[in-house]
Amino acid sequence: MSLLDFARGPALQWSIVIFVVGVLWRLLGVLLLRTRKDLSEPRRDAAWKGLRLIALRSWPRKEFLGGTAFGEVMGYAFHIGFLLTLFFYVPHVLFFADIARGLFGTDLHGLTGLNWPTMPNGVVTLLSAISIAALVAVLIHRIVSPVKRLISNFDDYFSWLVTIAPLATGMAAFAHLGGWPYERLLAVHLLSAELLLVWFPFGKLMHAFTIFVARGSTGMLFERKGASL
Amino acid sequence: MSSPLLGEFLRSRGVTRRDFLQFCATTAAAMGLSPTLAPRVAAALEQARRPSVIWLPFQECTGCTESITRAHGSTLESLIFQGISLDYQHTLQAAAGDAAERARETAMKENWGRYLLIVDGSIPTGNKGFSTVAGRDNVSLLEEVARGAAAIVALGSCAAFGGIPGASPNPTGAVAVSAIVKDKPIINVSGCPPIPVVITGVLTQYLTFGKLPELDALGRPMAFYGQTIHDRCYRRPFYERGQFADSFDDEGARQGWCLYKLGCRGPTTHNACATVKWNDGTSFPIEAGHGCIGCSEPGFWDKGGFYQPLSTGQWGSARTVGTAVGVGVALGVASAALARKRQKDAEGA
Repeated sequence: MSLLDFARGPALQWSIVIFVVGVLWRLLGVLLLRTRKDLSEPRRDAAWKGLRLIALRSWPRKEFLGGTAFGEVMGYAFHIGFLLTLFFYVPHVLFFADIARGLFGTDLHGLTGLNWPTMPNGVVTLLSAISIAALVAVLIHRIVSPVKRLISNFDDYFSWLVTIAPLATGMAAFAHLGGWPYERLLAVHLLSAELLLVWFPFGKLMHAFTIFVARGSTGMLFERKGASL
Repeated sequence: MSSPLLGEFLRSRGVTRRDFLQFCATTAAAMGLSPTLAPRVAAALEQARRPSVIWLPFQECTGCTESITRAHGSTLESLIFQGISLDYQHTLQAAAGDAAERARETAMKENWGRYLLIVDGSIPTGNKGFSTVAGRDNVSLLEEVARGAAAIVALGSCAAFGGIPGASPNPTGAVAVSAIVKDKPIINVSGCPPIPVVITGVLTQYLTFGKLPELDALGRPMAFYGQTIHDRCYRRPFYERGQFADSFDDEGARQGWCLYKLGCRGPTTHNACATVKWNDGTSFPIEAGHGCIGCSEPGFWDKGGFYQPLSTGQWGSARTVGTAVGVGVALGVASAALARKRQKDAEGA
């Protein structure tokens, strides 16, 4: 079995299984926790209105702009670049279509009649480069800033590593860098993405699933208490 | 063996000066040399002595020989090829039996340390009787002839990487030339079969500069294998735009869209098909409507179906993912139940 066969076969299957099991385990473990009954009088009636905190917290507050602007800009640059690369790069779309075919016997077009649009490789390359640059910038910021360095642990650095690895190896595979055969570059890219999947549920990357739940529940709590959002 | 100058030989075959210079310019370009070197290529080729070449075919289908010798009429490439002193090739030579073997031994003796050895076909390392030439097994014959060679050209994917004989389950224990010969420069001219101009390009470079071309990590001439088919494919713009043929007879196929979804191996295959093309520059497989099967790459026969897209992952089944969902839910519910019990106990305490 070649490295590429391993990456496309057993490694891919096990990483998906670990990802699914881990995400559901952690998510349900949190969502099904017992919430203590709040006996205080609610200051406002419609606590659900606090859900708007999900959107509000996605934008910097003027008061803290000086301190948070760097993180906000880099965060958006990375996330937008990463997600667009992941979901709109041609081979990725074909890969997802293949998974859909395996699950439903047909791809998105067969299911809905819709086509999954893709972006030109040049745009994807630029977005990937921006993502990588943003990740490097936030790492330097984390190391240089005494406070951030102090509160950083293995999880922070390892999550950074497994996030930048698929981007870097993907660009290397696309550009045929390093003098390696393309198959080896592709295998390393797949393995790096699989490492991301495996680590995802157990580290801070899990925020992708928990962040909006946490913001929503906090918002509802604040709303009930009459706090300003 | 007499070895007149190559220039004299070509003139005797009616090649004009203009045609010869045009060939030199084209070959220099194909080899990635500067156009200013074309006159130097011409001067060197004219003065070059016809090199002695011994060609050993082993476990092969003769496709490589066909590709080189019969691809397209009497072009300059084929004349250059004829210009070498091919002292032994048991498929092509008139002599047979002891006379043929004596010709090889004589050529080896007279050109010891200087002759080029071309090998096509893989070498069986299992039972010695799997493949023999004049009663000799392939391994010992290769080892003996390789000892006096200046360099070896492993012609075709079988000689370069084991090829189809070496595909799973490899019943003969077929290996590449590089697995047997360790102490000689080896140029892998892979392909099933390789492109004729690649072999003449390698010979031209050897005759012109007296040295072997720059090779890639797999021992192939960079000038011809430095880029992928995908990089130079005329259908590449359709790939960029996300326009793919979904079957061989749909509208996309008729429009000449990218064959990536139909399993084209262009992105992982290094060869010059898209630029040099076949049959005197007529076309290449993708131009004829079929995806590249990656024949110039190691183990191409064992890399899954030819009609599966490259991105295809063996990601498992719906049942596997369904089981993972079930296990994840069970674990989540169980851990939450445990946490709730602890919370309750803590509140009660």
